Amino acid sequence: MKTTRLLAATLVAATLGITLASAEEEHGAPQPPRQAWSYAGMFGRFDQAQLQRGFQVYREVCSSCHSMNLVRFRNLSEPGGPGFSAAQVKALAAEYKVKEQNDSGEDAERPARAADAFPPPFPNEKAAAAANGGKAPPDFSVLAKARTFERGFPKFLTDALPVVGYTEHGVDYIHAVLDGYEDPPAGKDVPSGTYYNKYYPGHLIAMPKPLSDGQVTYAKNDKGEPVVPETVNQYATDVAAFMAWTAEPHMMARKALGLRVILFLIVLSGLLYYVKKKIWAKVGGEVHGLQPELHKTH
Amino acid sequence: MANHSATPSANTVVNADGTLPGTDGTRRDFMFLATGAALAVGAGALVWPFVASMAPDAETIAAGAPLEVDLSPIQEGQIVNVFWRGKLIFVRHRTEKEIKEAAAVPMKDLIDPQTDAARVKDGHAKWLVVYGNCTHLGCVPIGHQGQYEGWSCPCHGSLYDTSGRVRRGPAPSNLPVPPYAFETDAKIRIGEEGGKAAA
Amino acid sequence: MSAHANTYVPKSRVAKWFESRLPLVGLVHSSFVAFPVPRNLNYFWTFGAILIAMLMSQIVTGIWLAMHYDPSAANAFNSVEHIMRDVNYGWLLRYMHANGASMFFVAVYIHMFRALYYGSYKAPREILYILGVIIYLLMMATAFLGYTLPWGQMSFWGATVITSILGAIPIVGETIQSLLWGGYSVGSPTLNRFFSLHYLLPFMILGVVVLHVWALHVTGQNNPAGIPIKSSKDAVPFTPYATVKDVFATVVFGIFFAYWIFYQPNYLGHADNYVPANAAVTPAHIVPEWYFLPFYAILRAVPDKLGGVILMFSAVIILAFAPWLDTSRVRSANYRPIYRQFFWLFVVVTILLGWLGAKPPEGGYVIAARLCTAYYFLHFLVVMPLVGLFETPDRLPDSILESVTGPGKQVSGSGMPAGAAAAPSSKG
Repeated sequence: MKTTRLLAATLVAATLGITLASAEEEHGAPQPPRQAWSYAGMFGRFDQAQLQRGFQVYREVCSSCHSMNLVRFRNLSEPGGPGFSAAQVKALAAEYKVKEQNDSGEDAERPARAADAFPPPFPNEKAAAAANGGKAPPDFSVLAKARTFERGFPKFLTDALPVVGYTEHGVDYIHAVLDGYEDPPAGKDVPSGTYYNKYYPGHLIAMPKPLSDGQVTYAKNDKGEPVVPETVNQYATDVAAFMAWTAEPHMMARKALGLRVILFLIVLSGLLYYVKKKIWAKVGGEVHGLQPELHKTH
Repeated sequence: MANHSATPSANTVVNADGTLPGTDGTRRDFMFLATGAALAVGAGALVWPFVASMAPDAETIAAGAPLEVDLSPIQEGQIVNVFWRGKLIFVRHRTEKEIKEAAAVPMKDLIDPQTDAARVKDGHAKWLVVYGNCTHLGCVPIGHQGQYEGWSCPCHGSLYDTSGRVRRGPAPSNLPVPPYAFETDAKIRIGEEGGKAAA
Repeated sequence: MSAHANTYVPKSRVAKWFESRLPLVGLVHSSFVAFPVPRNLNYFWTFGAILIAMLMSQIVTGIWLAMHYDPSAANAFNSVEHIMRDVNYGWLLRYMHANGASMFFVAVYIHMFRALYYGSYKAPREILYILGVIIYLLMMATAFLGYTLPWGQMSFWGATVITSILGAIPIVGETIQSLLWGGYSVGSPTLNRFFSLHYLLPFMILGVVVLHVWALHVTGQNNPAGIPIKSSKDAVPFTPYATVKDVFATVVFGIFFAYWIFYQPNYLGHADNYVPANAAVTPAHIVPEWYFLPFYAILRAVPDKLGGVILMFSAVIILAFAPWLDTSRVRSANYRPIYRQFFWLFVVVTILLGWLGAKPPEGGYVIAARLCTAYYFLHFLVVMPLVGLFETPDRLPDSILESVTGPGKQVSGSGMPAGAAAAPSSKG
């Protein structure tokens, strides 16, 4: 039945051809370059110093427009995160004010506690939109999981595999956009209120370039030298890593538990395989597979 | 389903060679046992996250942090309700008469003997802080009522005195005192005692 | 039913007392212990057990998630994140449930592939098979309802698009639509009733699964040779043979499942669903979950709204007619050299449809989707009836035992006590 096989192959080839041709037109922006993240892969772990730096960037720069409503101050001292101490978190929280109803039913402000969420920069979404040209800046809490980009065939398949797999689309995209501001190419019209960004789909982004070199002063090491460069690229990397953590605060616990579960299941399946073989040996073994070749022996 | 009725001894497994199973050594028996044990361990481990997820979550625990109560607005003779971890707590500013009455009660008259001094903080006898649910079945007793002028439970008639001790059943025990400490003379912190947070 | 007492003989007085009043142990014994299983079953036959495990996993994780979830438009998104962040092992429960849905479909598609390849739909298993199609339909409804619950962008727009599909039904369409919505558009009342129905449907699935298993135990299992059990040598008792194999396969499937939960928990979902629902902004590509993609491609392949809807539903419903569309006397495609080629073509086409379903409906994608849709239906309406009539099947083995050992060879003894096996499959 070579004809049907040929037919199937032709069909696959034709479809792939057509779709790959269409895929070319799809991309409005180049693929964000892949960064080396400490937390990528099956054994990945967050870099505490990086998360702390990223938090610093968020606090000093991003938080003036972007909320982080799902993150609580206490999260900063919880296991698997930036690893601030409980006392640091308490002191940090006290620097913020949260609204509360007092005993007379009036709105009052009190210093935030560890249990409180980060207060948003704008009182509500409408206010945020009004102050930012009509569209509220997105909330940071799960943004790293809410952003992605198409990798196309066959990468979208290999991305799912162990070892060669890839799950950091969102953070790579965020890093790329933060570091992707450049002068528009000649002839490109950039309307006011928009900015040219190499990696933003369509290239015209409403967010002005948020970071510049030397903008955030990082803590120095014992000798008074900087630990990491104070550049846009470094800030973008650090804040993207911080956002990976806010989006998935239990990631390290998840990967650690996964390893134990999978190892246990492999041992268990090995034991079961042995037991099954022993049991089936009593009736002379069993048959595997699709066995389409069996009939040929007749 | 009724048509495979002709299986008189299907529960007897026979080896291919007609012998009965289980006669070829201890290695296999051990492996069977190990497999069974591993399955049991796996099932047990699988149950754990489901049980753990029903325990108070991080948000609830964080919201149960110690609570500061400012005593200065509470007038003498007044009882103020506060909530800590969802539980009602009475903060009572006792009068001299109420303190004296509470201290004068002989231990033998009590259902659940406890001195008044053991139920208040040293030097702060005018402040009584107790959980606000009757120890019988959890109703909220009404203050300044009943024979002992402490609390009277509207559900089943339990009576408490001005120290929150049960004087007439069916409640079996005194209104419990939550963990708390004085931060200043006019401020208490519920949920923390001797510098240690409540579990 | 009374006949079960013959297979299970209660020993203690309490067991006898109980069994004479409710022969429950005997029923279980006859169905899952003494039940004769063809000895040539391969690993495709373990997916029934895997599916039961997945159904249980979904029901249990779902009940536990419902302890923390809040089905209102204002709070749904945040309550899911509350589960992910604050509930002890909440992230595990949610990822088990979200990826469990996909794994359920992986298993059901393999199960369906097996039924179609080995002709398990053919007489006398038509009812068994149609019950399976009903389970599949219920699964699709449950999965769709469940996907709306996190109330992200894909939840909202998926619900909008799919309920609009129902609006295409003539005369009653708009009424059905507004009954589903509970308003003038998808909103909080919709989410609330979807949650209620999402909680209900799995138990309906469970009910149909009971019927499915019941029907299976009346007709007996099909097998790779597609021939009935003829003697006790063709079969082995369900326990321990099928039991241990099913448990082994389920644990291996568990490794696969665990990989997704722990290392790729969001791969099978959509990034857009981490953006809270917003009625003013539609995501760039609205794409359903992967398991709906072939049908989504068929829907979009038709340039007419009603026509697309009809064709999409037909693509599922036509499965139920396979027992009568297939005219071959031989069940297993192992012995059908021509049909086998067409069958693999059908598999390739279905996978291609799935891929096309994820692509934007423009240019070459639409042409490819139309070609594939055409073959999808041709396979059922033309290939199945015609190939069955004209094909010369290969010689079937004389018995299941011969299909395992080759012709003429003898195996001493048997896994099944004499006389035990022949009855249940005698119709087959």
